Amino acid sequence: MCLAIPGRVLEVRGNTAKVDFGYGTTRDVDISLVDVEVGQYVLVHVGYAIQVLDEEEAEETLRLWREILNSSESRPQARRGE
Amino acid sequence: MKDVIKLEHGGGGRLMRELVEEVIIPAYRRNRVEGGIGLPEMDDGATIPIDGCNIVFTTDAYTVRPLFFPGGDIGRLAICGTVNDLAVMGAAPLALATSIVLEEGLPIEVLRRVVDSMNRSLEEVGVPLIAGDTKVVEHGELDKLMINASGVGLAERVVTDGGLRPGDRIIFTGTIGNHQLSLLSIREGLQFEAPLESDVAPLWDMIREVLRVGGVTAMKDPTRGGVAGALNDMARKSGVDILLWEEEIPIRGVVRSAAEMLGLDPLELANEGVAIIGVEREKAQEVLEAVRRDRYGRDAAIVGEVLEGKGRVILETLVGGRRVVREPLGSPMPRIC
Amino acid sequence: MGGLFSFRDRDLARLIVEKIRELEPPRPVKFCHVCGTHEWTITHSGLRALLPERVSVIAGPGCPVCIVPAREIDEAVWLALNGVTVVTFGDMYRVPGSERSLEDAKSLGGDVRVVYSVRDAVEMARREPGRDFVFFAIGFETTAPMNAIEIPRSPENLSFLVSHRLIPPAMELLVGMEDLNIDGFIAPGHVSTIIGMKPYLRFPQRYGMPTVIAGFEPLDVLMAVYMLLRQIREGRARLENEYTRAVTYEGNVRAQRAIEEVFETVDGAWRGIGVIPSSTLRLREEFSERDARKRYDIEVGPGRDIYPGCSCHLVIIGKITPRECPLFLKACTPEKPKGACMVSSEGTCRIWALESGL
Repeated sequence: MCLAIPGRVLEVRGNTAKVDFGYGTTRDVDISLVDVEVGQYVLVHVGYAIQVLDEEEAEETLRLWREILNSSESRPQARRGE
Repeated sequence: MKDVIKLEHGGGGRLMRELVEEVIIPAYRRNRVEGGIGLPEMDDGATIPIDGCNIVFTTDAYTVRPLFFPGGDIGRLAICGTVNDLAVMGAAPLALATSIVLEEGLPIEVLRRVVDSMNRSLEEVGVPLIAGDTKVVEHGELDKLMINASGVGLAERVVTDGGLRPGDRIIFTGTIGNHQLSLLSIREGLQFEAPLESDVAPLWDMIREVLRVGGVTAMKDPTRGGVAGALNDMARKSGVDILLWEEEIPIRGVVRSAAEMLGLDPLELANEGVAIIGVEREKAQEVLEAVRRDRYGRDAAIVGEVLEGKGRVILETLVGGRRVVREPLGSPMPRIC
Repeated sequence: MGGLFSFRDRDLARLIVEKIRELEPPRPVKFCHVCGTHEWTITHSGLRALLPERVSVIAGPGCPVCIVPAREIDEAVWLALNGVTVVTFGDMYRVPGSERSLEDAKSLGGDVRVVYSVRDAVEMARREPGRDFVFFAIGFETTAPMNAIEIPRSPENLSFLVSHRLIPPAMELLVGMEDLNIDGFIAPGHVSTIIGMKPYLRFPQRYGMPTVIAGFEPLDVLMAVYMLLRQIREGRARLENEYTRAVTYEGNVRAQRAIEEVFETVDGAWRGIGVIPSSTLRLREEFSERDARKRYDIEVGPGRDIYPGCSCHLVIIGKITPRECPLFLKACTPEKPKGACMVSSEGTCRIWALESGL
């Protein structure tokens, strides 16, 4: 029920930030619901930032997935080989 | 609520097709010239066969807000739209005619800019504008200015939008979604570091080279309703399925991110400088290279293939899943959910 | 958004699907999500074509189009036809109330405007002080905070037709229906960025229902299915957070407080489902002059949620599949839709009607 898109904060002016949604698509976004600085990523829903995105968490997620998915659970022979 | 015209009836989607099929076409007992393509085919143009020659005839009305937008204006839109409708029927444009309706109180300078832009597009294609008409309506009756443009062309071999055969390849001659998104973005307050321009452009030169290579089985001008609407038309009329590979579809990053922002599907966004070409498998690569040699065809790509079927358009998605590409209902609207 | 946050890599998708296949249980399992955007991701990426036979994902009551009661749409239509400019999100534009939709109201001369943000409605009202504006405030916990911060400072000529609903109470209703036999919840990621994880704990703890909070990229949804299957394989229901890059345990406390200040939680009707306790937001007393229902004496009937014979309400909660509805592809088709589920571009019936035999 809620389309929200990540974007990077380029500038902050009081309660408004200029956010880049990728490839140079930018829009002014209201940031009164979050504490954010220039350079951080925010999740934007209908023109308002609802969350500051955790970049390490994103990389961590991908790393975790690859680990789970390549875990020996899926390749029994590998387990015997360990 | 079937008894009133809604804005969506002009959106280029299913509602418009139903209005035309149920109300307009049945009204005319005579709707084609003997042996030619007529109204019922609802193709980009109609044909008038006269002792061995195929005269192609088309007409379209143009309304756009704002009148001047990044990459184009209502004048260029009217000329290119008409030239492209003729081109995708396989016809070299011979002459155009336009009637312009003006709102009382419109600065004449605006009219001057529009007709000047129309002239530049006519020069680019090398086709004359030989007839016209001008009307003025009371202030408030019309939003500034509207153009109806008609065109006549000559086709050695007529190409319809219903000639696809299993095994054919589908080519998009350029990146999709630029035109309508550049307009929508102005309204939704999106800005772009590199301005997102409409793709409005005349495609006859490109298509002339394509026809010279040969092997073309169908063509369509995907304006309102986007490629989703156009491909559904082509699949339905040809009685085939079309399999589209999302990975191959040429789309600019800025269009993808802006469309995602607004909850829009780029396949449904109107284009004004892109053609869809169906071509026999053996000729596909050669036709693609011919398109890419043209300045408006640099981003062209083979985006799909034609299969046995019953008129569906199926998309193989980026993650390898499959979905049906539906004919849009009306004009796309930003969604939040 | 390229790079860090677009989880769409085809090879990783293939890897997850491979793992899902390995965990495919002997008996069919049915996972339920409650979010129009999850349904959009699943449909637009064609994920159902990737899932094994015995693993199905159904859509519960989570898109505003399907669950806003006809009566509230009738209120918006009444306003538009009585000299008020109604401002709405595109999602609600074509949904019929008892008789008409806002699109119909517009073609009958009503002033109906579609916007991307409530901020656009505020600016419109400022630009035209002489005109009455009402913003149709639909959506769930993700969309309520914006209205909560705009309402106290909005211009005099702008009032709000509030139609916000809350997700956990609807999930609780679903899990209370044994005959639904849902095997796990995919919880909506963006609602969760606001409310955090706590409100979902009751599902694994009290109802033994595996629950995973998921993001909206195709890989997020696939990963959530994998995590649910893993819980079933381990035989232990838990609350897991797949969307760690955006959802924290506490959620967005400032947004929660904003909602609390402006709205109160009350029992409320959901289209085709009936009243769900403490599931709806209403403006507090001190903001009554911003409440369109108080500013205008709107005359509408009780509203007809369901077209006679239509079983959208059973489809919406996943009790039956569209094929089991008597009208499906007979009286009710994508061209001539009767129920909200066939009207909405992401409604379950519409998708089934168009994707059958893929």
